[in-house]
Amino acid sequence: MMTAMLDPTLPAEYEDLRKAVEAFAREEVAPVIGDYYERHAFPYPIVAAMGRMGLFGLPFPSEYGGMDGDYFALCIALEELARVDSSVAITLEAGVSLGSMPVYRFGTDEQKEYWLTDLCKGERLAAFGLTEPGGGSDAGAVNTRAGNVGDSWVINGSKSFITNSGTDITSLITVMAVTARDDDGRAELSCVLVPSGTPGLTVEPGYSKVGWCASDTHGLVFDNCRVPQENLLGERGRGYAQFLRTLDEGRIAIAALATGLAQGCVDECVRYVKERSAFGHKIGEYQAIQFKIADMEARAHSSRLAWRHAAGLLLAGKPFKKEAAIAKLAASEAAMASAREAAQIFGGYGFMNEFPVGRFYRDAKILEIGEGTSEVQRLLIARSLNLV
Amino acid sequence: MKIVVLVKQVPDTAADKRLDPDTLAVDRGAVDGLINEMDEFAVEEALQLVEKHGGEVTVVSMGPDDATDAYKKALQMGADKAVFLSDPALAGSDALATSEALAKVLGTLEYDLVILGSEASDARTSLVPALLAERLGLPQLTFASKVEVDGSAIRVNRLTDYGHDVVEAALPAVVSVVEKINEPRYPSFKGIMAAKKKPVEALDLAGLGLDAGSVGWAGSRSKVLDATVAPPRAKGTIVTDEGNGGSELVGFLASKKFV
Ligand SMILES: Cc1cc2nc3c(=O)[nH]c(=O)nc-3n(C[C@@H](O)[C@H](O)[C@H](O)COP(=O)(O)OP(=O)(O)OC[C@H]3O[C@@H](n4cnc5c(N)ncnc54)[C@H](O)[C@@H]3O)c2cc1C
Ligand SMILES: Cc1cc2nc3c(=O)[nH]c(=O)nc-3n(C[C@H](O)[C@H](O)[C@H](O)COP(=O)(O)OP(=O)(O)OC[C@H]3O[C@@H](n4cnc5c(N)ncnc54)[C@H](O)[C@@H]3O)c2cc1C
Repeated sequence: MMTAMLDPTLPAEYEDLRKAVEAFAREEVAPVIGDYYERHAFPYPIVAAMGRMGLFGLPFPSEYGGMDGDYFALCIALEELARVDSSVAITLEAGVSLGSMPVYRFGTDEQKEYWLTDLCKGERLAAFGLTEPGGGSDAGAVNTRAGNVGDSWVINGSKSFITNSGTDITSLITVMAVTARDDDGRAELSCVLVPSGTPGLTVEPGYSKVGWCASDTHGLVFDNCRVPQENLLGERGRGYAQFLRTLDEGRIAIAALATGLAQGCVDECVRYVKERSAFGHKIGEYQAIQFKIADMEARAHSSRLAWRHAAGLLLAGKPFKKEAAIAKLAASEAAMASAREAAQIFGGYGFMNEFPVGRFYRDAKILEIGEGTSEVQRLLIARSLNLV
Repeated sequence: MKIVVLVKQVPDTAADKRLDPDTLAVDRGAVDGLINEMDEFAVEEALQLVEKHGGEVTVVSMGPDDATDAYKKALQMGADKAVFLSDPALAGSDALATSEALAKVLGTLEYDLVILGSEASDARTSLVPALLAERLGLPQLTFASKVEVDGSAIRVNRLTDYGHDVVEAALPAVVSVVEKINEPRYPSFKGIMAAKKKPVEALDLAGLGLDAGSVGWAGSRSKVLDATVAPPRAKGTIVTDEGNGGSELVGFLASKKFV
């Protein structure tokens, strides 16, 4: 029995959701995901089932086909999925937190109505394109341009590493672009909604990735890609602010996902050390192994407290920037450390793709990079301390 | 159409179960309880029938007062309301007594169809569906792997060792389902939230007008006299292949009548 996360301080509906997603991950994801991962294939049937379960609509109101839940509920689901597999978890995270959320939060009524219903059902997926070949950490240094020509935006430039941008069910890519420059060359940034399949948009072949192999990531090229004027997301010139809000929240989601990976390491090791023998003893009898697992458990637990605290502040409408950065930093580094130790405990099997810990090891590294590197999180935390 | 689904709360099959040495019944306090897995298929079938033909789904469960997870799960999946029968005097009920109590509950409800799992994973007698149908005086269609309702008739594929029989009856009827029949849905968050507001009628024996002597330890005709822990599985036979491995294996399989 895995009751590691039973928490009486959690409202019953979150606990029930956690149980439902836990069962889904164990029954529907775990048995088949390894095969998709090996083939670098996108798991369409799993994503469709996640959609039927309402996971893509968790934080959205039912008027758009959502579940009337909140960001906390989304994070609960992400943690449980990532306990088993990070590829499906990041597909959900990017789809909801980066894809749909900006439309919901900043879009016009028409935009929300037009895009969100299919997205909430998981029948379509959305992506958010910020990072460019020239850099991602310095979000203000975007080079992609969107020129206002007649009643259209004409986009030129390129984006890198964009999750969910090239699946058969991708409907929308929100692109951050320079819509004007002032006399000093300072960029005015705006977000533009680009429907999949718009002429002038080329989705490059998928990357060969170290991890997240069953998730969808592409480079994008925009060559005179033209979309109607009304595809501007919210107000012109608000792109940077929209993006900051999106990423602040996204960090909590990545922290929850990282917590799941760290917990998955504990789950796998607890089972394995009772089965595996060396020198005439189960390896779980050796204190050197016990201490590794104790550290893994402590890291998973602290990571969980960190993301839940940040998510609690978000729900309460309080500032959460620093707490989200701390949660993202702590949880992703915890996941990396625990994946390394879990692979160690599994010995040679820890280096095999067919074992979940092999995947955990490969999936952990990106957590310290995506949606703000660990250095960027430290910059944010330091900035909040007014050191200079 | 009005459908009643019977759901039983059972100890988690994945957990280590043990018998209470005094009563020789499963020690239910020691492990987490959840809905009998087969009953999720019964709930799913009812929900699909109602989605197709309209109507409502009522779940009925009988168990100790903290055995609320089973009917809650059914409500989260989409059932409309629940009836929960619980009374200290029900403890120890055998299949016969259980069916008596459940039949009495059904007597208070309106229904066109009653759906059960074909087996509970803890006691596994598969008796309750047949006993219940007998007590209600209704046709029983057990081990259904497919259910179709057409007006006032019901037709099921009844799973057998060699395939299936097609069985038909007039409604109202009692059906028990097997796992092949569908894929139960996972509750959504909306379902979980909605379940909190759905009506649950709590019944005890007095409320039901049932005599305590006819159920529980008192009313059960069968008694467990003794229980012994199953011996650990014996070691398997290892065949060392010295050129004759194939014939040794075939000989072994033949001796067990597998080939
Ligand atoms: C150790 C032990 C010994 C037992 N010994 C005996 C014995 O000697 N004689 C005897 O007759 N019984 C015995 N029982 C069984 C008895 O207590 C059963 O648990 C009970 O009668 C239900 O039968 P079942 O679980 O076999 O249900 P099944 O007939 O296998 O269940 C089929 C379906 O009936 C419905 N159902 C069953 N119970 C309920 C319920 N409480 N509420 C709602 N729906 C329900 C569900 O839909 C279920 O899927 C024993 C049980 C145990 C654990
Ligand atoms: C699988 C995958 C999926 C992704 N999905 C998306 C997506 O959906 N949408 C999207 O927009 N992006 C996505 N990204 C991009 C990701 O967010 C960026 O890779 C990340 O933000 C880092 O940007 P970069 O790669 O350009 O690194 P750079 O910004 O070039 O950074 C290089 C190194 O310099 C460090 N550094 C930078 N600035 C400083 C500083 N001031 N002080 C100290 N150190 C510094 C960084 O921490 C890093 O170690 C994805 C990436 C991957 C690998």
